[in-house]
Amino acid sequence: MSKVETHVAPVSRLYGFLAMFLLCSVALVARAVNLQIVDTDFLQDQGEARYLREVVVPTRRGNILDRNGEPLAVSTPVDSVWVNPKMLLQSPEDIAPLAQVLGVDADEIERRLTQRSAREFVWLRRRLHPDVAAQVKSLKLHGVFLQKEYRRFYPAGEVTSHVIGFTNIDDVGQEGLELAYNAWLQGKPGLKRIIRDRLGRTVENVEMVREAEPGHDLSLTIDRRLQYLAYRELKRTVLKHGARSGSVVLLDVKTGEVLAMVNQPSYNPNHASMDSEGLRNRAITDVFEPGSVMKPFVVASALETGRWTPTTPIDSSPGYINVSGHTIKDTHNYGPIDVTRLITKSSNVAATKIALDLEPEHMWDTYDRFGFGDVTGTGFPGESAGVLRNYRRWRRVEQATLSYGYGISVTALQLAEAFAALADEGRLRRPSLIMGATNPPASILDPEIARQVAAMLETVTGPEGTGKNARVANYRVSGKTGTSRKASASGYASRYIASFAGFAPSSDPRVVGIVIINDPSGGQYYGGVVAGPLFSQVMTGAMRLLNIPPDNFEGMVAQSTEPDLGGGD
Amino acid sequence: MNARLIILLITLTAVVGSTLGVVYARHESRRAAVQLGLLEDQRDEIIAEWSRLQLEQAWLADAGNIESKARDQLGMELPEKSLILVVEKP
Repeated sequence: MSKVETHVAPVSRLYGFLAMFLLCSVALVARAVNLQIVDTDFLQDQGEARYLREVVVPTRRGNILDRNGEPLAVSTPVDSVWVNPKMLLQSPEDIAPLAQVLGVDADEIERRLTQRSAREFVWLRRRLHPDVAAQVKSLKLHGVFLQKEYRRFYPAGEVTSHVIGFTNIDDVGQEGLELAYNAWLQGKPGLKRIIRDRLGRTVENVEMVREAEPGHDLSLTIDRRLQYLAYRELKRTVLKHGARSGSVVLLDVKTGEVLAMVNQPSYNPNHASMDSEGLRNRAITDVFEPGSVMKPFVVASALETGRWTPTTPIDSSPGYINVSGHTIKDTHNYGPIDVTRLITKSSNVAATKIALDLEPEHMWDTYDRFGFGDVTGTGFPGESAGVLRNYRRWRRVEQATLSYGYGISVTALQLAEAFAALADEGRLRRPSLIMGATNPPASILDPEIARQVAAMLETVTGPEGTGKNARVANYRVSGKTGTSRKASASGYASRYIASFAGFAPSSDPRVVGIVIINDPSGGQYYGGVVAGPLFSQVMTGAMRLLNIPPDNFEGMVAQSTEPDLGGGD
Repeated sequence: MNARLIILLITLTAVVGSTLGVVYARHESRRAAVQLGLLEDQRDEIIAEWSRLQLEQAWLADAGNIESKARDQLGMELPEKSLILVVEKP
């Protein structure tokens, strides 16, 4: 019984299902006809109105900070306006108010849009002022859109422009550290797939194709306060002496960190117009013949031989010496002096006599160890290595001139690196501009010799030295003046480079300062007179700002008896 | 037969249930997306405000600004040597 039933039931059910499927098909066909023919206009509109689009999610470029976290370059979002020409050209009467708000010619906009009418995306103006952006928004024009972009601001402007550099309109680094660390700062823009309606509004976020990665911040070793101080004083000095250009570099002796690096002429990176003269970071890219500031290194080389000591006598009379037919002169006849006095008085004749006593290879080796002729390794774009010719090609007169800084080219940063090694008992550190860089010191000179040379350098700011103008109140200062004639096509011209290189406090050197003033035209050109005072002003500020205890204080000194120093005198 | 009916009913309920679930999830995801968008806008606004404040602070804390204010408005100057007292650590 049940067997018959189960046999019959499937047949009738089969027909039942067949009929149902048929009905479904008819219904589908009917709906298809309805969609394709009757409702086609409505659906066409809907289809065009909704797009599945991939849009770029803009990301922020990392900030650049100074050693204390003060911002030196900051990106902040601003609006850029773009249009869809197809849409805007449908209602050309909208162009006039838009042009008025943007402050541009309406015909010009229309011409541009007509030329690009086949496209869907045309920038109209980028990086608007927030007020202008708000006005554009309030116009609510068909086919006009605002896109968020980042604009970079440099709060310290021309004071830090050479070190930091700048970016172009697409936020790509063009100069300086913005260029060198572009990949680190830039970040990766994200990508998301969205559905947009006819008005460009986002209807639905479909998916995040790629998460936006914001750029990393970059901390520099620059101290903004010192940078500002150095810049202000350099600018004043360059103006006062009518100099063509100038540089100041401050280096932390114990770490090799660059505390300040400024140049003149400079430029303001917040504005577009810049002339190429001001763009270079001269302290790193430009080389010059250093002149007498090289003498400490030839003396160091001499002391290394053991044949010379700080008190070895040298006869510098009659104030000139002939080497292979060339005459090397001093400004005065210093008569019989010793090695220390060579540095105090900056005698070319005595330096020459020392140099000619040295093996060329040894002298070259000393200069080489101090980093001359080598890039300092900061990774700064356009860094120059300077020129130190191989000793095998030295002629006798060349060896002589090398002792007082001619026939060799250096950058201001190289000088700073070398003087820091003298200041820190012969430990050479590669200078760095980025915080957290590891600078293992390399021992390049016997500590005792470094101390002896440093002691000689202190006599330069002493009563008989050439660098009295470089003194800093309450601190002992060591340093060396330099005045070099500039080489030109027709031999050495009567144009000069005035320089001062030194460090303070002498009892425990903390900061090295290099001052280079190129081509002073105000009548004075001696390093001690032109560069010395600038060194003194900048160092005074550096000692105060870095809280370095004075080592030459003649006023009131009191012993602190209580741990709490508050409450006045 | 009874058992089949029960299975049918369960399946039917499950289908209706999951349909509603899909509708709800879709709605929820849209709501969440809108919420996300709003929060992202808010975040961007806050970051923008932060960078503006940083710039403003950098300008206000500018050494030149402070120095000119201290000298001109407050009449401050560096103390003379005779007025400086150095206190040494015991």
